[in-house]
Amino acid sequence: MSALPAGTTRERGLHLLREMLRIRQFEDHCAELYGAGHIRGFLHLCDGEEAIAVGVMEALGPDDAVLSTYREHGHALARGIAMKPLMAELYGKRSGCSGGRGGSMHVFDAATRFYGGNAIVGGGLPLAVGLALAEQMRGTRNLAACFFGEGAVAEGEFHESMNLAALWKLPVLFLCENNLYAMGTALTRSESQTDIQAKAAGYAVRAAAVDGMDVFAVEAAVREAADAARGGGGPALLEFRTYRFRAHSMFDAQLYRDKAEVEAWRERGPIIRLTTQLKAAGLMTEDDFQRLLREADAEVEGAVEFASAAEWEPVADLARHVYAETAP
Amino acid sequence: MIEPLRITYREAVKQAIREALQSDPRVFLMGEDVGKYGGCFAVSKGLLEEFGEQRIRDTPLSESAFVGAGIGAALGGLRPIVEVMTVNFSLLALDQIVNNAATLCHMSGGQFPVPVVIRMATGAGRQLAAQHSHSFEAWYAHVPGLRVVEPATIDDARGMLRAALACPDPVIVFEPISLYNMEGELTEAASSVRLDGARVHRAGRDVTLVTYGASLWRCVTAAEELATSGIEAEIIDLRSLRPLDDAAIMHSVRRTRRAVIVDEGWRSGSLAAEITTRIVEQGFYDLDAPVARVCAEEVPIPYPRHLEDAALPGASRIVAAVKGLVGHGQ
Repeated sequence: MSALPAGTTRERGLHLLREMLRIRQFEDHCAELYGAGHIRGFLHLCDGEEAIAVGVMEALGPDDAVLSTYREHGHALARGIAMKPLMAELYGKRSGCSGGRGGSMHVFDAATRFYGGNAIVGGGLPLAVGLALAEQMRGTRNLAACFFGEGAVAEGEFHESMNLAALWKLPVLFLCENNLYAMGTALTRSESQTDIQAKAAGYAVRAAAVDGMDVFAVEAAVREAADAARGGGGPALLEFRTYRFRAHSMFDAQLYRDKAEVEAWRERGPIIRLTTQLKAAGLMTEDDFQRLLREADAEVEGAVEFASAAEWEPVADLARHVYAETAP
Repeated sequence: MIEPLRITYREAVKQAIREALQSDPRVFLMGEDVGKYGGCFAVSKGLLEEFGEQRIRDTPLSESAFVGAGIGAALGGLRPIVEVMTVNFSLLALDQIVNNAATLCHMSGGQFPVPVVIRMATGAGRQLAAQHSHSFEAWYAHVPGLRVVEPATIDDARGMLRAALACPDPVIVFEPISLYNMEGELTEAASSVRLDGARVHRAGRDVTLVTYGASLWRCVTAAEELATSGIEAEIIDLRSLRPLDDAAIMHSVRRTRRAVIVDEGWRSGSLAAEITTRIVEQGFYDLDAPVARVCAEEVPIPYPRHLEDAALPGASRIVAAVKGLVGHGQ
């Protein structure tokens, strides 16, 4: 176990841990709520990948654009979407952050420039290129940060988008969450080159592999790439090596991986890691940890209460928003 | 103010793009060969020199990425005009158009409209064979969230782009390949063109020809021939394929009591099928004859001229279809 970065304060450490615990407890409750029938459709949980969501968002600015995948609850929470409208979205309620129309896979929020929750693998990458193009053409220093899984690098859109972003020197951060399995297909069963960051060289894109279980490493890598992108240095590909602790979705019996493998990764998880580091450095007690956990649980319970009590959208509104009601 | 003059369809589209670039700094054009080459069909010739690399952007052959980038740029506050060389190539970008452009406004509860304009050439008539000649308008018109238009006249070619750019929704603009060289009068009407709504191209009392795109001119030829036999055909140019202007179609059909749909798409699952159904749903008891359809033959469009012509809904087939109807109910 590596030590904390020099100069890490108690306040900073607890902040990062609190953000990761909010995600972990949210996902934990979601699994139960799915079992109880309150959340339906596909539900993809991100337990194990919290350090990426939190580390990335620490390094982004409020005016940057964020694009995500169908496993995006953590990204949304870390980005600053409040837990109540997020949970209401999972319930499909009108007060959900997408008005209830998207559900778990399609979280949107204009206020934080969160452009979804995209359930087409690789589908958000060209959008990120376009959002970055808009920033470049308007002469801002904002960037577009786009999450995708390692499964998406098999899609043509990954290669087309990397090329176009590099060709036009666009401020795009390609953020690959490599959790080793595209649904149930292991990386080694689907890619000829499993060192994903190495693919960037073919497009003259800067790249790095980052320990996705280390929130500090994630933040530092994103800051460096973001600074370069804002300065006109073009896109970067960051490959975060991580693991999802739970099944792909709630329908997945996990026949494709060993329990021992899951357990081994759990021991390397981002929350255990930071907890151990903070305690070892004398910056946090077990009581502190339990308090953060209770606070996170209380926030989730408040969100569940909000979502349960929220109203359904009237059926009369079914056809709203197919076309824009006002010009953007 | 648009000066009346004779210009080609190509020139009308180019003038429209030029005006959009001049009047709105958010507008830019991107696509394959739109810059240095001047556009596959020479529509954008000279625009790179006039507006520069920032606003006339040559793209790699990555339809999915550059159409998706157009959608993203629209989300980011710009007003992109994305050119896809032909409708056949647009299939490589279908994911972005159908899964993103058409859905984001709805899925986000109205937070993220997508004001992108995607132009593409469509249709046959230039002997370009079966990977450059098809008419997939019906596929796009099937999708809620998209608006689909097809200017068939000089005025619409000149005016519809402005309306498309003013629209907050994704608009697919189809430009018939066979019309780029067509010359016609550009009139003052081009300055007030609407995005939706059909238009009566020729008034008549005996039969309604409902059509769009290049088939408009096949209908005009057919109507002239029918007139020599004393049959006056009314021609409806749909202009907008989604939404369809049911009211305009029914207003005409209720008077003529006969309808022939002329559609360059294949008959099965076609726009012609949709329009026929709407006529039957809304005006069954007003009809004096079954609705007839003249569509492309159900073959990949072939290369040799005589076979290409035979595959298309030509004037002689339209005349025959009309003559098959006018005996009914009289």
